[in-house]
Amino acid sequence: MANNWAGPSRRLPENESSIAYVQMDGLAVMKMIKHSHEEATRNLEIAQGALLGLVVDTRLEITNCFPFPKHNDDTMDEEEYQLTMMRQLRRVNVDHFHVGWYQSADVGNFLNVPLLESQFHYQTSIEESVVVIYDTQKTTRGFLSLKAYRLTPQAIQMYKENEFAPENLRNLKVGYETLFVEVPIVIKNSHLTNIMLLELSEMIPEEEGSKFLDLGTASVLENQLRCLMDRVDELNQEAIKFNRYQQQVLRQQQDKNRFLVKRESENAARKAKNESPLPDDDINKLFRPIPAPQRLNPMIVSGQIQTYSQHISQFCSQSLAKLYITQALQNAKEGKSTP
Amino acid sequence: MALNTTVKVHPVVLFQIVDAYERRNSEAARVIGTLLGTVEKGIVEVTNCFSVPHKEYEDQVDAELSYASNLYALNHRVNPQEVIVGWWATGNEVTSHSSLIHEYYARECKNPIHLTLDTTLQNAKMGIRAYLNVPIGVPGGSVGCMFTPINVEVTCYEPEVVGVQLCQKTVAGGVGGKKIVEPLLDLAQVAEASRRLTGLLDQVLTYVEDVLAGHAQPDNAVGRALLDMVNSVPKMSNEEFENMFNSNVKDLLMVITLAQLVKTQLQLNEKLTLLTTL
Repeated sequence: MANNWAGPSRRLPENESSIAYVQMDGLAVMKMIKHSHEEATRNLEIAQGALLGLVVDTRLEITNCFPFPKHNDDTMDEEEYQLTMMRQLRRVNVDHFHVGWYQSADVGNFLNVPLLESQFHYQTSIEESVVVIYDTQKTTRGFLSLKAYRLTPQAIQMYKENEFAPENLRNLKVGYETLFVEVPIVIKNSHLTNIMLLELSEMIPEEEGSKFLDLGTASVLENQLRCLMDRVDELNQEAIKFNRYQQQVLRQQQDKNRFLVKRESENAARKAKNESPLPDDDINKLFRPIPAPQRLNPMIVSGQIQTYSQHISQFCSQSLAKLYITQALQNAKEGKSTP
Repeated sequence: MALNTTVKVHPVVLFQIVDAYERRNSEAARVIGTLLGTVEKGIVEVTNCFSVPHKEYEDQVDAELSYASNLYALNHRVNPQEVIVGWWATGNEVTSHSSLIHEYYARECKNPIHLTLDTTLQNAKMGIRAYLNVPIGVPGGSVGCMFTPINVEVTCYEPEVVGVQLCQKTVAGGVGGKKIVEPLLDLAQVAEASRRLTGLLDQVLTYVEDVLAGHAQPDNAVGRALLDMVNSVPKMSNEEFENMFNSNVKDLLMVITLAQLVKTQLQLNEKLTLLTTL
């Protein structure tokens, strides 16, 4: 396991199947979009649901999906809901193999402990499961944002042991960059669906799809930067904690040394007076070793900050492109109006 | 029963119907199911649907109604606002079985809508049609009912438009294969949009030149639309534009540098905390 930096395309040991890419049906995509959008506009909550499909060679096909009800509803157990739903869908010949789950995220802030835990449970029970994150804000602005993630083998190992001390992480070579691996998504539609799409394109007015050419960047940037600042603050707190821990360990070390030296001198004095030396107390009982702070939270926060920065850079690059287009237009207009 | 109701369908519903048709059992010629949505002041908005197993015989229809109510209850837990607004069927005509099925749905809701999607592709088109059931006949004499067509429109939430646009790229596939498409990166999408815009502008320009040269008939409505478009470009003097442009570019560049800085800082932090030995 130690030399297993493999990404999804390299060879993995036989007991692990690798998923090279995820193929989604247009139906699953549209259902996810609809559910996430309705949850976001009505309740401002995150939408979650299950993905159904099949595994073919190195490709994970997702053909359908269904949403999960809210957790505060106690009339039916969640497990029961899932099982009933899947049984009903099986009656109409829908693929009922549960291959993963999806979650909507606002501005990309999805990386937290519950997500890791859920994905860990999924991946240990179903080998090839993925979690698909759908970004509501970004899609409303006009760019469809769907990403599929899987936990790396190292991350699974780390979770199994449930030990997040620094030495453990060093042994497994887990860092915030190797927690998740992104799997590329492609969208495929059957021929009949393609025909339907052609019909649909005639019925949807032309101007409705150009939201992403909007030049306004201030509000979006503000939001993203604010989230980034919050996360950086959190990371700062974690770093302070770690520094404090280091200082404590250092001080404890010094105390230990001083105690030993004192002991030595006492023993030497007693020997000079021909008395029996003092028993050697167990050092560790007197100076209990201070536990190292858990590294899970800072790692998650770092991963989150990384995703934020990536998003922000992407957003800025396309805003720059749009600005340059307007500059070209303005220059053309100036060129025409001056003569 | 107001006959001026319009039906607004979301693309999800159409995707579901096509998928259910493709997955039907081998002996079924058509598939039926329930339509879910909301009714508001004469406009029926259909936002979801599911299929119901059924069998059709000569003069009888067997539909699994318990399945339908189960699935509706499950769906209601996730989305309490969606109610049954009608039912759908594939095929291009309304058969006698339809009235039987329609009666059942009339018990579930008022004025159920009947939607048909022609998957058999008669007339070389997949027609989407909707009907309402109206009673006809002579009062006191024989009474019957007739399915009258009503208008169908397609509406989408904004993100749905984005999804549909991406899926539409699979249409322009190769001869033998179904083309697959990846969700585009931001920059690529902007590039493609600008290409599309230039294409549209070229079309408009050729039309205007044709009119000027007398090849094409001038159309007043088109002319007025063109005038609107040209006037909607905001008039800014050169300096104003330069200012706006430069300040925006400076902001964006600064944010990009900050983001890169944060990334390098993260890596450094990771190395420091993980690799220090005490």
